[in-house]
Amino acid sequence: MELLSGAEMVVRALRDEGVKYIYGYPGGALLHVYDALFQQNEVEHVLVRHEQAATHMADAYARATGKAGVALVTSGPGATNAVTGIATAYMDSIPMVVITGQVMSFLIGEDAFQETDMLGISRPIVKHNFSVTRAEDIPSIIKKAFYIAQTGRPGPVVIDIPKDMTAPTERFPYEYPKSVKLRSYSPVTKGHSGQIRKAVDMLLAAKRPMIYTGGGVIMGDASRELIELAHLLNYPVTNTLMGLGGFPGTDGQFVGMLGMHGSYEANMAMHHSDLILAVGARFDDRVTNGVDKFCPTARIVHIDIDPASISKTIQADVPIVGPAKVVLDDMIQLVKESKKRPDAEAIAAWWKQIDEWRARHGGRYRTDDSEMMKPQQVIEMLCKVTEGDAYVCSDVGQHQMFAAQYYKYNKPNRWINSGGLGTMGFGLPAAMGVKMNFPNEEVVCVTGEGSIQMNIQELSTCKQYDIPVKIICLNNQSLGMVRQWQDMNYESRHSQSYMNSLPDFVKLVESYGHVGIKVTKYSELESAMREAFAMKDRLVFMDIMVDPFEHVYPMQVPRGSMRDMWLSKTERT
Amino acid sequence: MRHIISVLMENEPGALSRVVGLFSQRNFNIESLTVAPTEDETLSRLTVTTIGDDRVIEQITKQLNKLIDVVKVVDLSEGEHIERELMMIKFKANGQMRAEIKRTADIFRGQIIDITPNTYTVQLVGSSEKLDAFITSLGNTCIMEVVRSGVSGISRGEKVLAV
Repeated sequence: MELLSGAEMVVRALRDEGVKYIYGYPGGALLHVYDALFQQNEVEHVLVRHEQAATHMADAYARATGKAGVALVTSGPGATNAVTGIATAYMDSIPMVVITGQVMSFLIGEDAFQETDMLGISRPIVKHNFSVTRAEDIPSIIKKAFYIAQTGRPGPVVIDIPKDMTAPTERFPYEYPKSVKLRSYSPVTKGHSGQIRKAVDMLLAAKRPMIYTGGGVIMGDASRELIELAHLLNYPVTNTLMGLGGFPGTDGQFVGMLGMHGSYEANMAMHHSDLILAVGARFDDRVTNGVDKFCPTARIVHIDIDPASISKTIQADVPIVGPAKVVLDDMIQLVKESKKRPDAEAIAAWWKQIDEWRARHGGRYRTDDSEMMKPQQVIEMLCKVTEGDAYVCSDVGQHQMFAAQYYKYNKPNRWINSGGLGTMGFGLPAAMGVKMNFPNEEVVCVTGEGSIQMNIQELSTCKQYDIPVKIICLNNQSLGMVRQWQDMNYESRHSQSYMNSLPDFVKLVESYGHVGIKVTKYSELESAMREAFAMKDRLVFMDIMVDPFEHVYPMQVPRGSMRDMWLSKTERT
Repeated sequence: MRHIISVLMENEPGALSRVVGLFSQRNFNIESLTVAPTEDETLSRLTVTTIGDDRVIEQITKQLNKLIDVVKVVDLSEGEHIERELMMIKFKANGQMRAEIKRTADIFRGQIIDITPNTYTVQLVGSSEKLDAFITSLGNTCIMEVVRSGVSGISRGEKVLAV
């Protein structure tokens, strides 16, 4: 058996796990590992400019592929800079392995230089974390980390490695474990057949059914099964922010996103439904609005891989713990075998009602009363120019909601955003992580002038590694979502939501060696965008000036029911 | 309602902090907590008493089960069970109180485990309620120090919490 040092085992184990890229930033505690990286060329390291970006790149790779991304950061400040990225992945159940350096094991607890208790700091935001106390455990710990991160309800795993565990002077026989078994961790692989049968009976008897699906369908690779079941039944489908793309955005059965900024028809249909089939969604507060008023006439079937997600906020009538893909597949078989059919008359009436709602308020925004470009127009143009087929990596704020509402996602894993944590600064590194792994695909970062500045240093990384993403910056010179809330709840007192002294983004990106285009008129938008996307091998930053007074609608009225919405600045349901 | 939740977990560094952290992170309440290794030294047994409605208790057990270091979880209060807590209590024992403390301790089947001319230290084992009752019956005035182990519990009959 080959003898390897701890540092070499780290790198070799990553290779054996099939890792192509790792994203990171070196530092004292990791020097042995970086030296081991230098002496091989199978695992490629991408040097970011801030550790947060490394975690977002790894995270976005995972969101696009379903496989765990890997970040490598040093101890102390390196580790704490990674915390936001770890929390982002945790909130959205994204598989990720983050390796953090640590001071020498005999210095732990002595407030050594660049020491921080990363196990303690990361504990509430990881699925699990490990500390290496014996170098020979490194291969099995890395194996376990990937296994835990990628199975069951996925999530980030941190491995904290003290520097002396990676010392080149000590060598150990290396073997990467083929499999792993943990007595205290065995994710479910199948749903309860009795419960599934009960759910199918309810589904076939429903008169006003809704299929409500979330990120579990995306990460659980269950999109195909969802589409088949929905088409088999002809029932309406709504997606959460995390679930977009799980069901095709241009399909006639898709009623749009639901929740706080969900479509009028999706929220109305949820409120009036008599049966909700929830798949891989967690009844988040941004979906349910006031829980006591949530869907008063609906019975709820809830499929989730994580039992703790079921009946956490909304009581499920039929809980089904299992992987979405397998459970949906079982349901499809049962529906096909069943002698019962959906009540055609009731379903037709339900669709008629939904179409009426659609006609009343579906996806409208006003363009007539202002010279300014509307952010919605920009997203619609982006969808047109990229033919709805781009990977759209969003930052956080109004532009994120517009990108969710107005871009039509027809495939899973293409809408990439920080849904749970709402991390500004996520978009650009996310786009980088996707583009590096899908160099032939169109990858867009939709951002605002606020969010982009939270990780704008990564333009430098983009130059170093030739990552030609397209950045669509909806520049409204304000923190739009904050401003919207201030308009609606604080009599338009715009406390700290105006962005003064913005840089000239065109010059800024040019100084990094990229291309910048500023657009101020809608009439110039299409040609400018086509020009940007024609530059296949260049990063292009589009600084697009949009109406600073625009709001995102619909917007649910706080603590109301699903159907209580503002539809414009003056209309309410 | 009060529940006694028993947890069998890996006897690993950091395992306890995961459990305790979970309770504070998710705003669950801890009334008492005890933990010690079992006969199998790779496993620890943790008992936590907590208060919450059915929904909260369901979340507590589900969230505990999600921890990778947790092997098994059982809510003892769901079935027949025995709970015990150990208390050591130091009294100022002068004059009449000396006899009074001895008498009360006997009634509660406590033992005097340390004596000085001015103090008694009593050891008492029982349910938390019984320990509370003992404290109440002697009043606060002569108590110098109370130390309680927290609740441990085990189910009645043949049911066991084991791997």
